[in-house]
Amino acid sequence: MTTAPTGPRLTIDSLSHRFDRVTALEDVSLEIGGGEILALLGPSGCGKSTLLRLVAGLEAIQHGTIAFGGRAVSGANGLDLPPERRDVGFLFQDYALFPHLSTADNVAFGLQHLGDAERRKRVGELLERVGVSALAAAYPHTLSGGQQQRVALARALAPSPGMLLLDEPLSGLDARLRHGLADTLLAILRETGTTAVVVTHDPEEAMYVADRIGVLRDGRLMQFGAPAAVYNRPANPFVANFLSDSNRLTGIVGDSGTIDTVWGTVGSGSLPAGAEAQILVRYEGVGFGGDGAVRARILRSRPVGSGAVIVLEAADRPGETLYARAPAGRAPREGDCVAVTLDPAHVFVFPSANAT
Amino acid sequence: MPADLPVITLNASPAAGSAQSLRLSRAVWSFGLAAVLGAVLLPIAVVLAHLFVPTGDLWAHLASTVLPRYVVNTLWLIAGVGVLTLIGGVGTAWLVSLCRFPGRRFFSWALLLPFAMPAYVIAYTYTGLLDFSGPVQTGLRDLFGWSAGDYPAPNIRSLTGAIVMLSLVLYPYVYLLSRSAFLEQSICSLEVSRTLGCTPAQAMRRVALPLARPSIVAGLALALLEALNEFGAMQHFGVDTFTTGIFRVWLADGSPAAAAKLASVFLIFVIAILVLERRSRGRAAFHNLSIRYRPLPGWRLTGWRAAFAVIFCATPIVFGFAAPAAALLWWTWLSAAEVVNTDFVRLLLTSVALAGSAAAITVAVALFLAYAARGSASRLFRGLTRLAAIGYAVPGAVLAVGIVIPFAALDERINAFGAENFGLTPGLIFSGTVFALLFAYAVRFLAISYGAVDSGLTRITGHMDDAARTLGASATGVIRRIHTPMLQPSIAAAGLLIFVDVLKELPATLLLRPFGIDTLALRTYEYATDEQLVEAAPSALAIVLAGILPVILLSRAMRRSSEPREAEAVAPIAAGAPL
Repeated sequence: MTTAPTGPRLTIDSLSHRFDRVTALEDVSLEIGGGEILALLGPSGCGKSTLLRLVAGLEAIQHGTIAFGGRAVSGANGLDLPPERRDVGFLFQDYALFPHLSTADNVAFGLQHLGDAERRKRVGELLERVGVSALAAAYPHTLSGGQQQRVALARALAPSPGMLLLDEPLSGLDARLRHGLADTLLAILRETGTTAVVVTHDPEEAMYVADRIGVLRDGRLMQFGAPAAVYNRPANPFVANFLSDSNRLTGIVGDSGTIDTVWGTVGSGSLPAGAEAQILVRYEGVGFGGDGAVRARILRSRPVGSGAVIVLEAADRPGETLYARAPAGRAPREGDCVAVTLDPAHVFVFPSANAT
Repeated sequence: MPADLPVITLNASPAAGSAQSLRLSRAVWSFGLAAVLGAVLLPIAVVLAHLFVPTGDLWAHLASTVLPRYVVNTLWLIAGVGVLTLIGGVGTAWLVSLCRFPGRRFFSWALLLPFAMPAYVIAYTYTGLLDFSGPVQTGLRDLFGWSAGDYPAPNIRSLTGAIVMLSLVLYPYVYLLSRSAFLEQSICSLEVSRTLGCTPAQAMRRVALPLARPSIVAGLALALLEALNEFGAMQHFGVDTFTTGIFRVWLADGSPAAAAKLASVFLIFVIAILVLERRSRGRAAFHNLSIRYRPLPGWRLTGWRAAFAVIFCATPIVFGFAAPAAALLWWTWLSAAEVVNTDFVRLLLTSVALAGSAAAITVAVALFLAYAARGSASRLFRGLTRLAAIGYAVPGAVLAVGIVIPFAALDERINAFGAENFGLTPGLIFSGTVFALLFAYAVRFLAISYGAVDSGLTRITGHMDDAARTLGASATGVIRRIHTPMLQPSIAAAGLLIFVDVLKELPATLLLRPFGIDTLALRTYEYATDEQLVEAAPSALAIVLAGILPVILLSRAMRRSSEPREAEAVAPIAAGAPL
């Protein structure tokens, strides 16, 4: 079942923002369609939360414009709609439930315009939808973190906002609860066709929930695109490394258009011969066995969650190490000697940072 | 939320959301804060300035005759009250928080009851109980057939008597603050005593006491400031201190300037106490921030130890509350028919109106300050708002002097100007009206309301404001639907505490009262001055009954929260000071 998207298109144009002398955002532009989910991904301090607050109208705009469905909500001619007139819902990382109101009253907070019966019905539906019907009369301080998060979600969704803004919605929860809530969230967003912006520092979370990912660093948009595109074709070393842990190698492009490294020969991409290159090799791009020319000894192989993190040392170059990741069952054992091959899909070549 | 940037962290403090929601301009807040600060600091500045103002012969005379006595008495008072409140306050706090013995639960709240008893009331009551015709001596004579002179009668109207009286009603400050400190640190001391093999007594001496020291000192400072402030008891016992000296110089010698000079020397003692407290705290920056809290099994006392604990805890309650309250009840019974008439009702209504207005004004100013601090990211601004709470430390008599001098000067100017230009002399507009009195109350009790309101306001996070806004509430809607209901308990508590404190207040009321104004405290004082202690009982009892309300408030907060954190949050409110 698919519904036509009801949420507005979100257009952000040359947004810049400063706090005193610190630049929080620098000329950020992007657009997502109605009903799409955008993940703003980046380390803490990259400006992603500021961007979210600007979209909500919680922070006064300084430079640039923000438009919902093609209509400016802030930026042009001193226009800056207050948050209550933007038709947005906001999910806070600390939930920000109102402690003096019961669960049901929290959810009903944004439903002032409805009559009593209608409001009660809507609150009931929402609590049921997020799975906390039994807690309608409970007060926030008696709820667990996961329950509070669900109530906060129900509250944000209650007025059926066209756009939902989520600040690190899952990071406060333990891993077990995360996927459950993420799926609830996705299902509701799809059902209602709500446009959504999710701020997160977790690439897996971003890839799991988003239709579009914007990677931010120091207030600048490093890359913007579909998750697969950002993952498979990172625009720069930062994005490559941020989306998945990588080894960083260096080399010089040879006459044949390839680069020789300790761990094998890789393609040079578009770099000219003689250029200094930095090569990022994702942990999962290191393969074992096969006819790999390079041999390595396993220094360490430790199960980490579903896989294993492996540290290799080149057999003929002591001191040269490489990190790898493998499914737990197929991880080599410590002390083993193995052949190493690099998977070109997980190897990214960029001009050396020194070159420019 | 790990804030995006260091600078945003400042912004994202509780105030983050209000950037948009409370768009009062910065200038309004700054101007308001400057006005409040000016009002609070004016009397203090006026008094301190008199340190350097030559006041002629009267002062030279005072300095050579009575001043040494004031200083010596004040030092004895500080030493005596300090030692007794420390022993009583810390001892009882340790027993009820770290030991287990019969009646512990009862004692833990009943030990607050003497808070309800103003020092002058307990002084009057014991005078009546212990004098020659009082029930104690009469009873002894009847019982043993003695006559006057056969037995040594202790003279309660002495410095020693004053120290005991004050300690009986002031130890709860030390008790309350050390109790919450002990509870907070209990896990620490438990673990130490377990892992290092300490006995409970050793753990007390080596761990709990040093850790609780900042809180204990804070409570002690409050008790000492109250002792310095005391007028009624000192006057009645004939103990000359700075407070009684200010009254004498002002009223008998008719020299406000010399009174101000005396007050300025007095303020040095107050400042010394504040500085010592600060330094003691400054060096002890080990606040326990652990959230882990488990109720302790405690040290189970049995036999003579348990009996000692019960007696130790019961003593201050019996002598600091039960006995004087019983006497007041009995005397009220005796004198009610004569004293409680329409005049008494008018007295009651005047007191309630005065205390109610003072509470309303003070809470309103505190709300303004708390919102100003919340809306500002500037550390200086926040510091200044806290400075506005300094008035709690200034004794009422000193405050009265510092208010009357500038206000009288202002009135003089206005009258001179009016007479010259319009042939009008409006009289004492500022210094001789209820304005001066309310002004003094507001300055003195601002700390209490600010502490209460601010602690309430910090529970409303910026994100709650933001959440309400995105859910369709306007800025005023946020105030109405979030702030008002969430702040209501704090505002009510602040109002109640100030109401009761104003009802009890004597020195500033006595010095600043406009002609024709009479209150419960003033009437009690007047009867007592005439040695009509039985007739003083109904008004005194009314004050004590009102004083029980904050005790109930406090003990409910203590019981509701098994967690010490909340009790600690209440303590400064009760103690009336964000020291």
